[in-house]
Amino acid sequence: MRPLLEVKNLKKHFPIKGTSLFSRNKEMVKAVDGISFSIKHGETLGLVGESGCGKSTAGRSILKLTEPTEGQLIYKGEDITTFRGERMRKLRKEMQLIFQDPYASLNPRKTIEQIITEPMKIFEIEKATRTEKLNRLLDVVGLSSYHKSRYPHEFSGGQRQRIGIARSLALNPELVICDEPVSALDVSIQAQVINLLEELQEEFKLTYLFIAHDLSVIHHISDRVAVMYLGELVEIGDAVEVYESPKHPYTQALLSAVPKANPHQEKERIILKGDLPSPANPPKGCKFHTRCPFAEAICRSEKPNMKQVSLSGQMAACHFAKEVMN
Amino acid sequence: MQNDSSLLEVRNLHTHFFTKSGVVKAVDGVDFSVKPGETLGIVGESGSGKSITALSILGLIPSPPGRIVDGEVLFKGDNLLKKSPKEMRSIRGKEIAMVFQDPMTSLNPVLTVEKQMVETILTHEKLTRKQAFARALELLDLVGIPDAKNRIHNYPHEFSGGMRQRVMIAIALSCNPSLLIADEPTTALDVTIQAQILELFKKMQKELDMAIVMITHDLGVVAEVCDRVMVMYAGKPAEYTETTKLFDNGKHPYTLGLMHSIPKITEKRQKLEAITGMPPDLRSLPIGCSFAPRCKYAMESCLESDPLLKNVADGHAVRCFLHDDAFSKEESFNETIIGSEKS
Repeated sequence: MRPLLEVKNLKKHFPIKGTSLFSRNKEMVKAVDGISFSIKHGETLGLVGESGCGKSTAGRSILKLTEPTEGQLIYKGEDITTFRGERMRKLRKEMQLIFQDPYASLNPRKTIEQIITEPMKIFEIEKATRTEKLNRLLDVVGLSSYHKSRYPHEFSGGQRQRIGIARSLALNPELVICDEPVSALDVSIQAQVINLLEELQEEFKLTYLFIAHDLSVIHHISDRVAVMYLGELVEIGDAVEVYESPKHPYTQALLSAVPKANPHQEKERIILKGDLPSPANPPKGCKFHTRCPFAEAICRSEKPNMKQVSLSGQMAACHFAKEVMN
Repeated sequence: MQNDSSLLEVRNLHTHFFTKSGVVKAVDGVDFSVKPGETLGIVGESGSGKSITALSILGLIPSPPGRIVDGEVLFKGDNLLKKSPKEMRSIRGKEIAMVFQDPMTSLNPVLTVEKQMVETILTHEKLTRKQAFARALELLDLVGIPDAKNRIHNYPHEFSGGMRQRVMIAIALSCNPSLLIADEPTTALDVTIQAQILELFKKMQKELDMAIVMITHDLGVVAEVCDRVMVMYAGKPAEYTETTKLFDNGKHPYTLGLMHSIPKITEKRQKLEAITGMPPDLRSLPIGCSFAPRCKYAMESCLESDPLLKNVADGHAVRCFLHDDAFSKEESFNETIIGSEKS
């Protein structure tokens, strides 16, 4: 079956302001530097990486909230890369975003009713339908109808996130990009919101691109996982497979770094040296070689390509990952 | 759990904030002790009072509106709450050091690392400037800052988040404290950097033989570094025991709820068992147990009176009627969830 969304070699470079007013050769921060993946109908693809790896920029570029520098976006078989104006606006109905910060993403001067019905107003949906939809949405996200006339400041973080989720579902989207939707919430509330997102996925047949830095959350919610490092994908594959047998040294280190809530577990931890290099001046060759415990000469000079590393289609970009053909 | 050999002993601590909209009982009856060289974890969600507990120990409660209304903080047998601000200043930074969550806001952005480190050392130790500088360099080396000789002249913004936290730790360690209070020291950091910093804490503790109070919301961090742990909920301890006992045989419904609501990296489950409802408003706490409205085992007695922290086994204290022998276990378990998720 044709995937819902295909991303091919997506790039987003931001110019850094030159030190001189007249400087011409602008340096670029390569926030996203050639990532490719596809998402099938109804699945959840988890996009995980550390801060600054470009995962949020990738999400925003897919929605064309920032115009991609290069690459192709194919949605339902149609190349939407060049869509502008009215055509893009129509498409936005089908693609929605859930934001990280439930405080900043709701207009404090609007009531919950206004916030949730605004997308429907923009797309000129009749008043009666709007009200009906509003009540239904409040119900599915676990809020009561008397909440309608209240303002965002009257709600807790978890409830605000529910409001944001209701708003993003107002136009019956197919693809929802969740950008760190639970990282601002306390653990007990986080579990409620994760459960809600999963229930909604089933009920409305949603497809999620789930962006997060929390590896446990990604593991729980994703069908497939893509790991990003400095603007590039280093590994992608089935969630269980990637977590059980990661093939890229970065994925291995990342997974081993997560503190496990089990004091008896043997800890074989790979401690990475140093910090994330600046994306304005990434290392040559394999971008991970400066921190990789297994780096050799080839890693410093040559960039590894994505290759298949398991029969079920797990892919990794490492010179030393064993290639598996089927 | 009183022990003559404890380094720090907090008894019946109550810290309240007197605000226009009411009295916020941020810390409402906390007892714990820390032995020399051990690590005690304080776990809880936002608003559970874990940071305020730390600030109360250090005498850093903003007053007004805050006030420590009751309790004792015994450090090496001395009650810190009776000390004058001047005496506290000589203890803070020397005997008791602290590391906070956000290294950017806790370092002074307009002073170089050298200035900040040397200042701390000179305040507490009788050293010359030159000796203090040498000590600062040594500490930066110790916490793993590469090229410390040059980096010491940099400003905080020239360091990455992980490096800044290392600088903070170096400053905290500069006077060989016997107690280090770390408030969410790795929360703002990425996992790979978090792993580095946790390793550093363990290494430093071994080398310098100091006790650590580790405040965190992450049970993973607790399992990793703490010897004993206190779980807090709404300003009160819910459970207080050894780390292994907590994870093997946790008893309080809140502890269990927390453990079940965290997605695990080692196994994939269908659905997370979330705790329903929300933490209570600290200005108007429920009459009985403050967790009762969210607790799936809540009984009638839980809504009527507040349980006390009681020992259920050697070194394992729980504040819950379910584990209180004075209450018959036969009392009808009310399995229905009282607080509803939609509240």
